[in-house]
Amino acid sequence: MYQYDGFDQEFVRQRSAQFRDQVKRRLSGALSEAEFKPLRLMNGVYLELHAYLLRVAIPYGTLSSQQLKRLAMIGRKWDRGYGHFTTRQNIQFNWPKLEDIPDMLDSLAEVEMHAIQTSGACIRNVTADQFSGVAKDEIEDPRPWAEIIRQWSSLHPEFTFLPRKFKVSITGSSEDRAAIKVHDIGLALKKNDHGDIGFEVMVGGGQGRTPMLAQTIRDFLPKSEILPYLEAIMRVYNQFGRRDNKYKARIKILVHETGIEKLRSLVEAEYEALRASFIDLPQAEVSRIQNFFTAPPYQNLEDQEALLNQQAQQNTGFGQWLQANRTGHKQPGYAVVTISLKPIGGIPGDISSDQMDYVADLSERYGFGEIRVTHEQNLVLPDIRQDQLFDLYQDLVSQGLATANAGLISDIISCPGMDYCALATARSIPIAQALSRRFEDITSQQNIGPLKIKISGCINACGHHHVGHIGILGLERKGEEHYQLSLGGHAGFEASIGKIVGPSFKEHQIVDAVETVVQTYLDLRTEDEIFLDTYRRLGDTPFKEALYAAA
Amino acid sequence: MQLLKKDQGLIEETWVHCTDLEPLPVSENIIVGYGRWLNEQETLLKRNGLLGLELPNDVSPADISDKLDHLSLILLDFPAFNDGRAYSQAQLLRNRYGFKGELRASGHVLRDQLAFMARCGIDCFELPLHAPAQEWSKAFSDFSNMYQGAADGFATIAQKRHLDQTGAE
Ligand code: SF4
Repeated sequence: MYQYDGFDQEFVRQRSAQFRDQVKRRLSGALSEAEFKPLRLMNGVYLELHAYLLRVAIPYGTLSSQQLKRLAMIGRKWDRGYGHFTTRQNIQFNWPKLEDIPDMLDSLAEVEMHAIQTSGACIRNVTADQFSGVAKDEIEDPRPWAEIIRQWSSLHPEFTFLPRKFKVSITGSSEDRAAIKVHDIGLALKKNDHGDIGFEVMVGGGQGRTPMLAQTIRDFLPKSEILPYLEAIMRVYNQFGRRDNKYKARIKILVHETGIEKLRSLVEAEYEALRASFIDLPQAEVSRIQNFFTAPPYQNLEDQEALLNQQAQQNTGFGQWLQANRTGHKQPGYAVVTISLKPIGGIPGDISSDQMDYVADLSERYGFGEIRVTHEQNLVLPDIRQDQLFDLYQDLVSQGLATANAGLISDIISCPGMDYCALATARSIPIAQALSRRFEDITSQQNIGPLKIKISGCINACGHHHVGHIGILGLERKGEEHYQLSLGGHAGFEASIGKIVGPSFKEHQIVDAVETVVQTYLDLRTEDEIFLDTYRRLGDTPFKEALYAAA
Repeated sequence: MQLLKKDQGLIEETWVHCTDLEPLPVSENIIVGYGRWLNEQETLLKRNGLLGLELPNDVSPADISDKLDHLSLILLDFPAFNDGRAYSQAQLLRNRYGFKGELRASGHVLRDQLAFMARCGIDCFELPLHAPAQEWSKAFSDFSNMYQGAADGFATIAQKRHLDQTGAE
């Protein structure tokens, strides 16, 4: 993975010194909260319901074991012994004291981490496919490009006070695991007819109160042109994005109101005009960054299907875990393992400091000391020998980290909701917990098959409910929590926005309603059909009837 | 209000800000609004004294690019600290259209934005009346190196990394 040189190191240290000074000015009263707010937001510090919150960037979801141990230490020392992974490959600490945050940032800087641009109306932490570099279906590893974009976007002088926040996501595989179509810019590495690899550039995706899928603005962009092209998009957005209404300020609205054709001509014109003066990366710099992402020293191994089958037969739990949490690896004899942070009845994405330390140790013992964070709020060990999967599984069981539900109905994405978030209109965590308990049995979860439930505690949609196969949005009406159910959403290249199925449900009804939807699917599915396919084949009528017929 | 010039510290105001209605002073250096610039351009270009223009942040620099030789100062508007359109205007004026005069940031300017503004080519800043200017000036040097190329022309971190190989200065 990427390692800081002296320049990167100095940069994050100076950033943290700058923030220390800002905090000092705030605590001395030289800055009012109103003046301090834009400054702290630039550094991932929110003021939430009960306390300040620090959001730390995990660029493109890649962590070293040393970094994960540091996060564990930070959670222990300055928080309540845990952290929370978000849907944007960040980690949040919910209980820091403002005066401690500069020390936390210094501590992060020591392990090449920071909180730069994890909030504010700027280019946010760049996310990527969590299986980058190990995926079987990969066209090219997107991580070097994500790192290049991370550096370019860090304190960009022109694009730090945009109309709204701006999210970029990147994938290099034939399957989109990074939800790129619901990002302001989605980048997909692909091969053209001549066999060259470049980017398909998509723009204008987003969730919130007006969910939209990104549209293609450039079908094929040579890789070497990515930074000036991004600069052109950002400049057009900075000038023409709406600033009169914060709900219409994202680039998706600009795409919608201007039309993709017109916007494309604006961007292409700007691109042509700026190329001459754009100071692009020297090729040597691209190579330098790429060299950090070469394959680790794999051994020459063979696949171990027979062994794994045998172990799975002897131990049902292992078999179930293998089926759900193991993904194919491009290197024979290796596997990619998802560690579910969705224990039955637990809080999605939460992990204790002790568990972080343990996972970091496992990554060193079984892998090459690397961990990935997924936008679905799980962790990944990317390089596990197949013949060691059983040992790893047993270790995970000992720490409550072996829930065999990756991609299944209890692998729920949920935002923090009313339990933490100042913007929430309803609780989301308790709904996720209740659902996970209702569908507890792993055998029946596997019978239901791949099904993604996503829950947001307000219209901002941090819990991605618009692209949940089953989406749940918590709202408040007359002082009571209500939950709106939508069906048929999906993130991925074949993305779709879920459709609200009918009147919303009260808290005590929502779990039953989801169960009704699932039962309807089970009754109607053809063999091998996953929930989404049944929904796409039949539409929402049968689900509506089942949900509302009795009323 | 005080005026901070990047390399000089506090400076005295030497420009007269003319409203759209008052008669133009004979020979002083004046700053006019965009409406007056559009309506009275011929008169403005003929008079003695230097000319400055207040550029609304929704006007494209392309619209004035052929007249830049006549302008000695452009006042960029930051109506709120989070309205960042003028950063792009500054970059375009400097980098694309080669404007050499003074670029002045006016409106809601925060201390912690000075470095960004300077990188985009802004060289003069309106500060709130009681802001400690010396203290604010330190903000220019919060960072020794930056990743992006910008109107200030400083070498980027990537260029510095490959100084030997590429010969970039
Ligand atoms: S969706 Fe709403 S409640 Fe949930 S984290 Fe986002 S802002 Fe908070």
